[in-house]
Amino acid sequence: MLSKKQARAFFLGGTLVTFLIFIGLTVFSLSGPQDQSNEENITESVVRGKLIWEENNCMGCHTILGEGAYYAPELTKVIDRLNEKYDGQGEEVIKSILMSEVPWQPNGRKMVAYGMTEQEAQDMVEFFKWIGEIDLNGFDRIVSPIAKRRLNNQN
Amino acid sequence: MKYKSQKVAYWFFALSMLLLVLQLVYGFVMGFARIGFDNLHEIIPFNTARAVHTNLLVVWLLSGFMGAAYYIIPEEAQRELVSVKLAYVQLISLAVVGVIAIVGYHFNYWEGRKFLEIPRPLDFLVVANVLLFLGLILVTLFKGKRKTTTALVLSMGLLFAALLYLPGMLPFDSQVLDSFFRWWVVHLWVEGVWELIMGGILSFLLIKLTGVDREVIEKWLYVIVGITFLSGVLGTGHHYYYIGVNKIWLIVGGIFSALEPLAFLAMALFAVNMYRKGEKKHPNKLALYWTLGAAIVSFVGAGLLGFAHTLPQTNIYTHGTLVTAMHGHLAFWGAYGMIVLAIISYALPNLTGRKLYQSTRGRAAYWLSNIGMIGMTVAFGVAGVAQVYLERKFGMDFMEVQNEISIHFVVLILCASMFTFGVVLYIIDFYKHGKPNDEALELAE
Repeated sequence: MLSKKQARAFFLGGTLVTFLIFIGLTVFSLSGPQDQSNEENITESVVRGKLIWEENNCMGCHTILGEGAYYAPELTKVIDRLNEKYDGQGEEVIKSILMSEVPWQPNGRKMVAYGMTEQEAQDMVEFFKWIGEIDLNGFDRIVSPIAKRRLNNQN
Repeated sequence: MKYKSQKVAYWFFALSMLLLVLQLVYGFVMGFARIGFDNLHEIIPFNTARAVHTNLLVVWLLSGFMGAAYYIIPEEAQRELVSVKLAYVQLISLAVVGVIAIVGYHFNYWEGRKFLEIPRPLDFLVVANVLLFLGLILVTLFKGKRKTTTALVLSMGLLFAALLYLPGMLPFDSQVLDSFFRWWVVHLWVEGVWELIMGGILSFLLIKLTGVDREVIEKWLYVIVGITFLSGVLGTGHHYYYIGVNKIWLIVGGIFSALEPLAFLAMALFAVNMYRKGEKKHPNKLALYWTLGAAIVSFVGAGLLGFAHTLPQTNIYTHGTLVTAMHGHLAFWGAYGMIVLAIISYALPNLTGRKLYQSTRGRAAYWLSNIGMIGMTVAFGVAGVAQVYLERKFGMDFMEVQNEISIHFVVLILCASMFTFGVVLYIIDFYKHGKPNDEALELAE
């Protein structure tokens, strides 16, 4: 029967080994050719957009890369979706929502009126564009029905 | 209680209960907003309510864990806390940082990173606070007459929880890296080191309530926390499937997170078996209810419901939907909410000398809150599955889907009312125990 000493060795040994593997995989997956986070295309505008995203806690309602609060739409590939809905005017629609002084209320659900400047709204658009170009292992097709359709048409 | 300094635990528990009530209030604000009653939008928009709701959860649980540590460590180490005064300083500073953070969220003072919304300057105060807490606990433990496994596992959990807060403070320009390291905090907390804390508290309660030999209980504690880390550390990969990192995580995360329920299954089997084995019939049945309940509900909420959407093939559809909220609610309630309520139920009569073991109110609190929470979980689950089919499979517009599923949020609010009623009864019971006093010292179990 297992002794307490063996049980402790199992705990300490198992933890150490899995943690080392975890660190190794982290380094592996974020370095060199394995990196697919679109790091190279981050511009100053994208960084400013990310900061605005955080300062206003957009994730408190929306989701991005599937993470957030499920109260408002997923914003990965949002430009593609709005382009289809508004005849290629996706970026303009996003900017007008962000610059609006009155709450945007699609189907009655209110969004905070941020009243951003043109530059801030443009930075957000750049941020969304950058997000849209990340390789998401197939999730982009699920959240963007357009991408899914386009792919099906190609086949 | 056996040591006067254990009384400080009472105030951490009281703070914990206060924050729990506030958490529920903000939960209702969100629930009503989802069915169209967003009347508080100007003062409490959804993102504020959401940040407050989740942060209060974290803080009331941490306050509960800290109270548990202040109660358990002196008893395990067989000595008074090294400084009661500093423990009160720590309590007050915790409350102050919490209040500043929560008020700040109403004025756009936050960081907008799910679960870690506390802004950087306040992060440093949190770190200072936790260091003070750890200092008090660890010095007490090492100056103590004995160092039990239960105390070591509990302290190790608290220490690692503090260390793991640090990766969340690293600044990144990339949303992907930001998210990647945010999970080092959030996942490795709730599916890693917090389970050590839970295991430590559970083991302490089982030793006290069942009378089973400490050596047996502590041996299995090691096995359980061993399985937790073996599966949970690499299980972090289930957050990395679709956020822009390499496919290797689909395999690693898929395999190891599928093993995560085993730790919770082991915890449930362990608690139930120790209860069966135990010959001691401790009169505090309510504490026993909460203890066994925590072990079983955490297996269902964290283990089974987590497994339900952890495989990459399923998660590609459920990632970023209400299915996550379903799992989140029952998991946090079972694993951490209930264990905090268990240690409070056990400690209160000992701290105050009032043995309200048999109260009907206490039993009603247990059943109403649990049945209410299960109802809420089902409501979230139905809404989430419907959302997956309509939005992800049939490509319907987000808001059209939200309107279709809003009825489930009416059900959610009804169940949440039942849950809240249970919690209120629990708090009335808490209040009826009165304040801790030194006369309770003679009444030690």
